[in-house]
Amino acid sequence: MKLYKYLLSLCALMLMLFAAPMTFADDMAAPAADTMAAPAAEAPAAPAEEAPKLDTGNTAWMLTSTALVLMMTIPGLALFYAGMVRSKNVLSVLMQCFAITALVSILWMMFGYSIAFGDGGDMNAYLGGLGKAFLAGVHIDTLSGSIPETVFMTFQMTFAIITPALIVGSFADRMKFSAMLWFMGLWLLIVYAPICHWVWGGGFLGGLGVLDFAGGTVVHINAGIAGLMTALVLGKRKGYPTTPMPPHNLGYTVVGASLLWVGWFGFNAGSELAADGTAGMAMAVTQIATAAAALAWMFAEWISHGKPSVLGIASGAVAGLVAITPASGTAGPMGALLIGAAAGVGCYFAATKMKRAFGYDDSLDAFGVHAIGGIIGALLTGVCVDASFGGAGLADGVTMGAQLGKQVIGVLTTVVYTGVVSFILLKIIDMVIGLRVTEEQESQGLDLALHDERGYNL
Amino acid sequence: MKLVTAIIKPFKLDDVRESLSEIGVQGITVTEVKGFGRQKGHTELYRGAEYVVDFLPKVKIEVAVDDSLLDRVMESIAKSANTGKIGDGKIFVFNLEQAMRIRTGETGPDAL
Repeated sequence: MKLYKYLLSLCALMLMLFAAPMTFADDMAAPAADTMAAPAAEAPAAPAEEAPKLDTGNTAWMLTSTALVLMMTIPGLALFYAGMVRSKNVLSVLMQCFAITALVSILWMMFGYSIAFGDGGDMNAYLGGLGKAFLAGVHIDTLSGSIPETVFMTFQMTFAIITPALIVGSFADRMKFSAMLWFMGLWLLIVYAPICHWVWGGGFLGGLGVLDFAGGTVVHINAGIAGLMTALVLGKRKGYPTTPMPPHNLGYTVVGASLLWVGWFGFNAGSELAADGTAGMAMAVTQIATAAAALAWMFAEWISHGKPSVLGIASGAVAGLVAITPASGTAGPMGALLIGAAAGVGCYFAATKMKRAFGYDDSLDAFGVHAIGGIIGALLTGVCVDASFGGAGLADGVTMGAQLGKQVIGVLTTVVYTGVVSFILLKIIDMVIGLRVTEEQESQGLDLALHDERGYNL
Repeated sequence: MKLVTAIIKPFKLDDVRESLSEIGVQGITVTEVKGFGRQKGHTELYRGAEYVVDFLPKVKIEVAVDDSLLDRVMESIAKSANTGKIGDGKIFVFNLEQAMRIRTGETGPDAL
């Protein structure tokens, strides 16, 4: 009886969330400028000049960025993770990333984009409503600022794709495929899309002046905390931590990390939604922070363990990419150095010492790298935006302390919401269909057990 | 007839093979194996997790020889596979009951 009660409550909650804004659904032909990812502290007002026109330079760049960000998931993240698991599970990771890509694409088109970037009327501080469900009003010539709305929608889709894919890192080797699909589909609509709306879609966090240029909170902290929840709810892998489970193919991991690095230019510089100076600076700071973090992790490991490792330098680079993400539109080169170094060292300790100390099995360190890196980056964004650090400058009348305060609010809101809702979602799915594979399936390996396939037929 | 099995260090395989063919041994079977005797393993590190790996890669070679060749074969393998360091390996000798060349049907020492 209990489980039906939970299901009914969930359905009722979802109906309530969507019924109200549905009555105010607009068929908007051209969304106002403030639905874009502008990092200004004060609410940007739509310019009182001529109607926005399509800029071919911006559009060309955004088409490219979209492709780069998709590449980050398939095959960037897919390979990064696949190389780190045991060979008997290599296909399961690739399958999860690929399936998430397909599932999220469809759900985004149907509901996600609307919830994230639609106009929710009275509820717009929290949700975008269903006015743009099934891409209503998004036509071939509809503009979002100076680029076609189709491009903006697809660009944002690639962000919506990679965020759940990141969570795979926490539950690798032990989650049921069906449960994973349910979790990711629901998580996209109930966790990702709302948070996306709060920060970028005209919601209350963006309105408050929280700076998150390309997704430190929306993507990384969000995925990292959700990952921690899956690690805790699913439990440790059989044999962890006494049985050695070394990566089976670090070559894949390095190729994946490299694709992530290159693709991230689309992620950060593309978040400017234009081909301009800010995008150029975003690209530069991305490179600087990533390099700094890679070296920082490498040196930290060299000092702490005695030898630098390839897994370490690749992980360091990813940590740097994560941390510079929220700051990429506002930090300058010196700020990037600081952020990169801090993330390299911070995430090194989180993924090694802290994880061992607390004992949770975050298999591939989605929490250690993405949540911790995201938090470090989100907080330092408030510092490095200041002109004294070479940043774009604090908003008028806002002190660094005040901006830091806003960043803290952004971080805490994300952590609490995603932590609580992800946990509830996991518990519900566990009760209905079960989250974890059987012990036998786990021993045999997910490739054979869940997919009837072998990764390697040597 | 005897079946001589030897576990040796992988990089010594070519030396052993050359040395055996010099004394007239014409066939050899090679398998990649893992193992340890008194040689210690090594540690590997992955994101702060250290693993002690006891099993070391080795190569197992098997040659079937006539009784008259046995001593020279053992001496040849021992000399060519030797490095003087711990982990050089071991040679085991088994009695070989019967052997047959598949193509021709020859049996006994003629099959070797």
